[in-house]
Amino acid sequence: MISNFIVSLVTFFPLLGIVLLLFVDKEKAQIIKLVGFITSLATFVLSLHLYFHFDSQVAGFQFVQQFVWIGGLNISYHVGIDGLSLLMILLTTFLTPIALLGTWNSIERRIREYTMMILLLETGMLGVFASLDLFLFYVFWEAMLIPMYFIIGLWGGQDRVYAAVKFFLYTLFGSLLMLVAIIALGYFASTMRGGAFTTNLVELYSVASRLPLTLQLWMFLAFALSFAIKVPLFPFHTWLPDAHVQAPTAGSVILAGVLLKMGTYGFIRFCVPLFPDATIVIAPYISVLAVVGIVYGALVSIVQTDIKKLVAYSSVSHLGFVVLGIFAMTEEGMQGAIIQMVNHGLSTGALFLLVGMIYDRVHTRKISDFGGVAKLMPVFASFLMIISLSSIGLPGLNGFVGEFLILLGAFNSTLLDNHAFAAFAALGVILSAVYLLWMYQRVMFGPVREGGLYNGHTLTDLTRREIVALIPIVLFVVWIGVYPETFLSKSAEVAKRTVQLIETTQRGAPIRYADSPDSSREPLH
Amino acid sequence: MFALTPYIVLFPLLGFLILGLVGSRIKSEKLVGTIGSGVVGISFLLAAAIFIQMLGLEEAKREHVVTLFPWISTFTGTATSLSVSVAYQVDQLSILMTLIVTGVGFLIHVYSIGYMHGDKGFWRFFSYMNLFIFAMLNLVLADNFVLLFLGWEGVGLCSYLLIGFWYEKKITGDAAKKAFVVNRIGDFGFLLGMFLIFQTFGSLNFDTVFGSASVMSVGNPALKWITLLLFVGAMGKSAQIPLYVWLPDAMAGPTPVSALIHAATMVTAGVYMMARCSILYALAPTTLLFVAVIGGVTAVFAATIGLVQNDIKKVLAYSTISQLGYMFLAMGVAAFSAGIFHLMTHAFFKALLFLGSGAVIHGMHDEQDIRNMGGLKKYLPVTYKTFLIGAIAISGIPPFAGFFSKDEILWKAFSSDYGSVFLWLLGVLGAGLTAFYMFRLVSLTFEGEERFAHDTHPHEAPKSMTIPLIILAGLSVIGGFVGIPRSLFGGNAIEHWLEPIFASANSKLMISEYKVVWSEYVLMTLSVGIALAGIYAARIIYLKRIEIASALVERYNKIYSLLLNKYYVDEAYDAAIVNPIVNASDKILWKGFDVRIVDGLVNGSASLVAITAQWARKVQSGVAQNYAIIFIGGIVFILTWLLVK
Repeated sequence: MISNFIVSLVTFFPLLGIVLLLFVDKEKAQIIKLVGFITSLATFVLSLHLYFHFDSQVAGFQFVQQFVWIGGLNISYHVGIDGLSLLMILLTTFLTPIALLGTWNSIERRIREYTMMILLLETGMLGVFASLDLFLFYVFWEAMLIPMYFIIGLWGGQDRVYAAVKFFLYTLFGSLLMLVAIIALGYFASTMRGGAFTTNLVELYSVASRLPLTLQLWMFLAFALSFAIKVPLFPFHTWLPDAHVQAPTAGSVILAGVLLKMGTYGFIRFCVPLFPDATIVIAPYISVLAVVGIVYGALVSIVQTDIKKLVAYSSVSHLGFVVLGIFAMTEEGMQGAIIQMVNHGLSTGALFLLVGMIYDRVHTRKISDFGGVAKLMPVFASFLMIISLSSIGLPGLNGFVGEFLILLGAFNSTLLDNHAFAAFAALGVILSAVYLLWMYQRVMFGPVREGGLYNGHTLTDLTRREIVALIPIVLFVVWIGVYPETFLSKSAEVAKRTVQLIETTQRGAPIRYADSPDSSREPLH
Repeated sequence: MFALTPYIVLFPLLGFLILGLVGSRIKSEKLVGTIGSGVVGISFLLAAAIFIQMLGLEEAKREHVVTLFPWISTFTGTATSLSVSVAYQVDQLSILMTLIVTGVGFLIHVYSIGYMHGDKGFWRFFSYMNLFIFAMLNLVLADNFVLLFLGWEGVGLCSYLLIGFWYEKKITGDAAKKAFVVNRIGDFGFLLGMFLIFQTFGSLNFDTVFGSASVMSVGNPALKWITLLLFVGAMGKSAQIPLYVWLPDAMAGPTPVSALIHAATMVTAGVYMMARCSILYALAPTTLLFVAVIGGVTAVFAATIGLVQNDIKKVLAYSTISQLGYMFLAMGVAAFSAGIFHLMTHAFFKALLFLGSGAVIHGMHDEQDIRNMGGLKKYLPVTYKTFLIGAIAISGIPPFAGFFSKDEILWKAFSSDYGSVFLWLLGVLGAGLTAFYMFRLVSLTFEGEERFAHDTHPHEAPKSMTIPLIILAGLSVIGGFVGIPRSLFGGNAIEHWLEPIFASANSKLMISEYKVVWSEYVLMTLSVGIALAGIYAARIIYLKRIEIASALVERYNKIYSLLLNKYYVDEAYDAAIVNPIVNASDKILWKGFDVRIVDGLVNGSASLVAITAQWARKVQSGVAQNYAIIFIGGIVFILTWLLVK
């Protein structure tokens, strides 16, 4: 039955495209692009199987596939999905073909290698979202870094090497600590009565939460640093503006659309359920960073002079919302965080596409080089308006559903227990309107430049190909805004499970670590 | 009939979609105009049909909710889980608002066919206008706070799009952005208010929230905060102190937009919201007082600025802010139905005045400065007569519409348990100022000597524009008759109609039975007298003895320039809020913290590694003698160490 290996099929399908590309003459640009596009499109179609056969009522993981990989250490090839991974996988398979289509003519050198890198990256990302074994997860997590490094470093802008190295070192630094934590976790599993070394996530869920608080805290932090850098959570964000500005458009789309979500995904998948006691302790601190990030990212966005950098900083703000939603530990907040991960992928992905489209025409991204573009590119103007509004969180479009649920969840959070979190976070709602609409005004409104020349180039409206790339995003922006049930229902179970785990831990916590021994939890020897 | 409610909302959406998607391909202005106005007209007819049916029903059966589909919910199934739907609630209040929005909206759409004739963005204009009607109907028909908020933000968006409609001018872009951002500041409060409602009541649906509230006691602290936060939203949307600053700038948009959005409908959303939440406000007397003071002060404050403005639309803009202040004054003294009554009459006469000013601007070929007008009544007779009716109505001269609604507010401001002489005085002062600036406007625009260039050739507007003017003029004359108080032998039909909506609030407020008392007549005479005095003064100063005006300006130069510059509030906001934020974000946060500190650390640690490596790599020089020296040095070191130990 296909359901037995569909997750693996989706994950590794892009590699088929790489194999095909090996046989294509590297001069035949159009064929190379077509192979890349069709492969990623086929991956998307395959992933729809997951969507249609996913059972929202089932608790735990579905489409699970597992076989022994390194027997002695209980490391297995173990994949499967729940509602959270489902949405992330769909987001990945959806955005990759769009990114390729939307930037069809943006890359001019080494197109074959570039396309291979994008496909390799896709497999890496899908693997991250599908892994149910920490070791396997780590392999995908690191493997994904390599194509991204090359995409920025080889096909990027002027300072691409600096940006690529900064990106690589920042993330590598975080993931090394995570590797230590993974090994430690496997070791602790073996110290449990009758236990053995394992990296099986499902087994570790029950093991890790039995660890004493101090250990949990250290392990949480080791995981969290890696994820915080990826998110990026303030103040670990400074790699992001450089990486984005230097990356080619498709790289930015995938970086913002999918890669950043791995941080927040990691929090929900690993940090919180593995270390519930630590989560309770750390949640307020992380939430403070999240709220600071929301306001900080927004304020810094206001004063950017480069459109792409503005969008990059806005990501810091938007991802702050997601982190706040997660650590509010309410069902509203968690659901909002998950849907907001999708939303940010769509709207920021689309923003980078749009910025890329205008950059391809005039080779500048400086806001002050523009003005009056709406007159020359009315179709572009409409798309940029809709996507900006989605990003601003206008009700009726997708961003509102996420932001609203997150803020509502944070406001009513018993774990955070302070209205200030939501109140300060809600400032982001004002500020996002400021930075996006001000940018929109300076770029799109006002008189047309003399002679219609921008940086010495003329502006023409979007081509049919570009419109085709953008329309699916707009459809989902409206769909999620009007009828979010389609997606909320998928993630309801995982949100509920995660929140309830924390709630029960919260209630049980004082008993476990005080005097009375708890039979269900074994102390370490 | 109630089942038709969703179609009231859907037709304007349909219009927006048709015009937005294929409007650019429709070459005929007539077709675009017909679609744009037609969908609103259909909505009006549907609303009217439902209204007529409601008239025939007994009071208890007039409320009806039509649920379309679930919108945002979490799946806990517990009592406090969020569950809001796209659902429309028809009742006495929402149907009245719907009739105003679609009725006045339809007239303004028709007017726009003439006004926007020849504009390159003709289809775009109508698609935005239809989107606005759609959003506004969501606002007034929503059965929960979140859907109301969708309408609330939606009208803000349309306002943004329409203010910035002529986007090639820099001023329109600035005004549009300012409107949206200032509104968002208000929405920030509104959002927090909603969160607190959810925390307090475990729901965001009107039925549940108001039902639970009706058994709560007066002075509940949560309700105080909820009502204050919601009112912050209203301050933004309905342009009250201190968030009114966007509305005068919003006049940069086409005049029909000013009439529809920035006078008749959207800006009254805050008043509607308060009326809808009357039970919550009734339980929060502190908030009521706050609202009344803000409303009263805004009414006078904005009127004083209106005294000296020279742009015909700016005068009307400040007038709108002032009139909205009256509505909040009414709300603040718990005279909810009086506030809604004034909302309605104001929609008639202010839409009329704005459309009239549009006809003037149209006839004067885009001239807006009244110093360059004068004597226009000869050239624009219909516009003049209808404008004059509007001016009389807003000044509060009986038996025109404005008289009844304004007088009701003034009387309640004085007599209500929540009113006071102070609030009444604010109201009367505002009434005098209103009469004065309106007739200054009429005199300078339509009467006296012609001050425009000889080649201007002002002309009357086409029929599509004058007919809406005439209809609105008619409504400005008779619109007040639905609210004739008992003191003037009327039945106050509108108050009676709205009674069930405010019943629960009124019972909490323990408002005493209304009795006709002599003081009501005294106050009525007084306020009419002050209005007449204002009119008389304006006509003397600006028609008969023009030298007085310049003498006054000279004598009170400081006050004059203070008013002319709108009390320098915009400048103060820039200096105190906007510039510090921008500068700090740029210099301290971005270039300071991000680039210097964090990146400094990152790059610093990278260079540290590099420097260390530069030094360390010298060890591996590849020269055998060096290795030998280090080798021997090592042996010597180890031996020494062993010996010493």
